[in-house]
Amino acid sequence: MTLADLKPGFADAVFEAQAGFRALLDAFAYAGRITTVDLNLDPPAPLDVAMAAVALTLFDFDTPVWLEPAVAAGSVAGWIRFHSGSAIVAAAGEAQFAVVCDAAAMPALTGFSVGEDRYPDRSATLVIQVPSLTDGPVTRWTGPGIDGSIEVAIAGLPDDFWAQWDDNHALYPLGIDVIFACGREVIGLPRGIKVEV
Amino acid sequence: MSAVQEARWDEAYNFAYLDEQTKRMIRRSILKAIAVPGYQVPFGGREMPLAYGWGTGGIQVTASVIGPDDTLKVIDQGADDTTNAVSIRRFFSRVAGVETTEATEEADIIQTRHRIPEAPLREGQVLVYQVPQPEPLRSLEPRETETRKMHGYAEYGLMHVRLYEDIARYGHIATTYSYPVMVNGRYLMSPSPIPKFDNPKMQGNPAIQLFGAGREKRIYAIPPYTSVKSLDFDDHPFEPQTWDESCALCGADNSYLDEVVLDDHGGKMFVCSDTHFCEDRRAKGHRGELGADPAALAFARTADEGEAQ
Repeated sequence: MTLADLKPGFADAVFEAQAGFRALLDAFAYAGRITTVDLNLDPPAPLDVAMAAVALTLFDFDTPVWLEPAVAAGSVAGWIRFHSGSAIVAAAGEAQFAVVCDAAAMPALTGFSVGEDRYPDRSATLVIQVPSLTDGPVTRWTGPGIDGSIEVAIAGLPDDFWAQWDDNHALYPLGIDVIFACGREVIGLPRGIKVEV
Repeated sequence: MSAVQEARWDEAYNFAYLDEQTKRMIRRSILKAIAVPGYQVPFGGREMPLAYGWGTGGIQVTASVIGPDDTLKVIDQGADDTTNAVSIRRFFSRVAGVETTEATEEADIIQTRHRIPEAPLREGQVLVYQVPQPEPLRSLEPRETETRKMHGYAEYGLMHVRLYEDIARYGHIATTYSYPVMVNGRYLMSPSPIPKFDNPKMQGNPAIQLFGAGREKRIYAIPPYTSVKSLDFDDHPFEPQTWDESCALCGADNSYLDEVVLDDHGGKMFVCSDTHFCEDRRAKGHRGELGADPAALAFARTADEGEAQ
């Protein structure tokens, strides 16, 4: 990759990272709600703006990142290394963040770190880019951050994703956390959320 | 938002004082804290330009969350005009150039020491607590390695024994502040030294509640609409404080009251601890028994007497 191929990061790192974080804070706190990431970015393919904003907001030299093989082969790895300084790791279990753009072909959730009994915060956060946050099969979410229940319809996930999520939720307070990204929008799915298909 | 903000803060500092790497680290900790409600996430707490015990944890959390368009309210024991609140508000006016307010309803972020405002919070608001000791079990078990295990295995019998000993000795649970709560049915959590009067407000609150402990370097959180249950027993249910008196200034009978000694003959009055709540009620015409008394009013700050910046 040459410098000419390198896509830009944040134009204004301080305020765009703050705006990106507030969107993620709302998405995580009000799980299941669609939250807009109001930023103008020019990320490398195949990253959407929301996915790129998560990377630029949260990744740095403290956070090993796992990239889905198809993404790792492209220019994204160089873009993350340049802007975030993150180590790109080949073993999913070592990653603090995982970037998945082809959701249908994503690996099993069990490959990622779920944290430790005494330190459940040491678990992976998966950022999964999906084709739509509204056109998929309807699921019913309940748990912390949700007033009663909320219906969420995320498209493009593997058929057994929600069965895997049940297993992940059963590990609570251990478990991975997920951010779904599409275009400029995100939905947070922390481990404490129970999902009924 | 525009790509480049015009600086309204003291540019000798990065926006909101902390460097960007520190903010990222704290932001990641906050997200994990929200994912595991009530669990204490260790973080790399920084030296702040004020002493431990003055809200360094809360300030670091606020600094990592706040943006240039946010409005900040800071309270200390319910009051907007006490030393800690004034100095933290000035700090953020200087290093972040943000608007500040005393009105609970107008604030996007409320940093608090030892109270939850009386006015109900709304969705999207962030309540940041300053926490001196995040570990509810610390007075019972001094070793961090052991309390970590107790949380890991949800081994909380010791706390129930402590509350039971209160009942055995005094006939009721004598803990009145920092009253332990169970969050989302899993983690025992210290609500920080808020009076137990405020505990019920944490339950199912629509706002985001974040807790920062600077000296102990821990962050924890309660997401909106989360179960927060004060520990109790079936035959000794949790009961918040109540008063026979009402606020001497505004007449409120549903707020947390402070006792104020008036003279050396045993005279005293009770006033709202939440100064904005009390002022707001007086502005709407509510009067307590001393509401028209000039001496009492001299104690209460009048609404138009703003703080000198």
